[in-house]
Amino acid sequence: MLLTDDEKRMRDGAEGPAVAAAMDLLLRYGRALGAERLCDIRNVAGTMTQPSPVKAALVKEGGWDKAFAVINLDSDGDFAIPDMRVPTCQLQHGFGSDALGIVPYPKQSIELQADAEAFYGRRGVNILATCTPYQVGNLPTFGEHCAWMESSAVIYANSVLGARTNCEGIASTGAASLTGKVPCAGNHQDENRRGTHLIEVDPRAGVDSFLDWGMLGYFAGGIAGEDHPVITGDFGRPDVNDLKHFGAAAATSGGVELYHIPGITPEALTIEAAFGGAAPADSYWYGPSQRRHVYQTLNEIGASPDVDFVLLGCPHASVDQVRRTAAALDGRSLSADTELWIMVPRALREIADRSGYTAVITRAGGRVLTDSCPAMSRTAPAGTRVFATDSAKQAHYLPAILGIEAWFGTTEECVDAAVTGRWRGELRP
Amino acid sequence: MSTPSFPAPPSLAARTKLILRGRLVVPGIAEGEALVSPEPISGWGGIDPAKGTIIERRHALYGACFRGKILVFPSAKGSSGWAGFFQATRLQGTAPLGLVIARISAKSALGAVVTRVPTLTDLDDDPCLVIATGDYVRIDADSGNLEVYKA
Repeated sequence: MLLTDDEKRMRDGAEGPAVAAAMDLLLRYGRALGAERLCDIRNVAGTMTQPSPVKAALVKEGGWDKAFAVINLDSDGDFAIPDMRVPTCQLQHGFGSDALGIVPYPKQSIELQADAEAFYGRRGVNILATCTPYQVGNLPTFGEHCAWMESSAVIYANSVLGARTNCEGIASTGAASLTGKVPCAGNHQDENRRGTHLIEVDPRAGVDSFLDWGMLGYFAGGIAGEDHPVITGDFGRPDVNDLKHFGAAAATSGGVELYHIPGITPEALTIEAAFGGAAPADSYWYGPSQRRHVYQTLNEIGASPDVDFVLLGCPHASVDQVRRTAAALDGRSLSADTELWIMVPRALREIADRSGYTAVITRAGGRVLTDSCPAMSRTAPAGTRVFATDSAKQAHYLPAILGIEAWFGTTEECVDAAVTGRWRGELRP
Repeated sequence: MSTPSFPAPPSLAARTKLILRGRLVVPGIAEGEALVSPEPISGWGGIDPAKGTIIERRHALYGACFRGKILVFPSAKGSSGWAGFFQATRLQGTAPLGLVIARISAKSALGAVVTRVPTLTDLDDDPCLVIATGDYVRIDADSGNLEVYKA
């Protein structure tokens, strides 16, 4: 790889052993990708604080410096971790102390995480603690090169914001945070950002809601795999919640990291621009029968209508989603056998508290929780057998992770299930 | 550099031998029995690093163990925790001996790097079709050669 003088200095140890170890990982990773050079970045979204058995053992052995060296730099060295070189945030992780006594989650994991937050906060890691850093002030600009992980955040950054990031991992984001560098390959390069699959939306599919954008995303991911779907046709204008749901779903059913919706997303204003002047390799139709098929796939794990648990806020909910949930729950109370959690970034719960939404949800028996989700923390209310969600991503993952049944529907259908204890959702035209 | 956990079968010379050419991902030489996945592999939610097994229920290799094998698969799918889970197989002693990845991405490239086993990609034939589970394979990542001894 072609290195600048500054990069060679870091590699050779001029900035200390931790930075040299970070450069070593980036060079190994760059070679694996076939990259010719590194690119400068100043925005990292990674994970350091999430508890795990391996991490707990490393901390016991050599403190958080050791844990960072092994897990976040893939290094066998013993050295102190310096301050983050570029702005770096912590993504979603385990549950925090606000979940203590509410969520069945080990107290020692909460304590280990609090210890990690103190260590990394001192080194300049912003503890955003959400899968949606873009909702709480981390908004890269158009064309900005970043090093982000979390598939739903990566697809949002690339597609909705027009920033440029690969779907990075724990070690590459760790190395990027100490160097401000990442291999220049994949989504960082113009020629790799063009559309590959054209999906035309039939007006009769009625794509004009949070539910429908999630289903269209799930369809697009199934079609495009790791490639770049381009959406065109007749649909209602999506808002940021719809695009958040669409991207998370496309990154779940496939491995989509970038899509274009000409007229909506910023990078390609026309279909021709989205495909870089080339004809799309394949084109697909999304009509009423495709829509019904996606709905059935997302509901194929559901058998019993008796719902124990309702999960909202995957990816983490916006304030508007919390308000909408509060409006649906206002003056009602949950069934005695059902719990409802809505996951939000902690910074946005402050706004929900202040706006009175949290009080309405809590009065009904629901919980506004932060930092994590049932999939990340592998937990649900004790005894859960059947859950309902308005998130295509959570409906996909949680049955496999927790061995439970899933229902997928609108936010209002989920709230209805929490109040009645029964799933009564159906696909409406 | 990894060494195989068992010696090459003595009958190797009598087997049909194929040679594929690929691109280096992680240097080194490794040889052993192939475990071939017909479909992409998830890290987070897809493997158990404590046991070195595939745990995704609907996966064609559900329950299969890749420890001590050459893992051959089309691509990585799912969460960005992919590499972290494969790093954990190394830390817990359940890693494969080597990797052959038909189509590489940032997730699987980083995963191969932190697993620290010889790895090839971009082969001149589809490794998931040419190689079958049980074949004996030898990865020479530096030269880009992948030798396949059909079972």
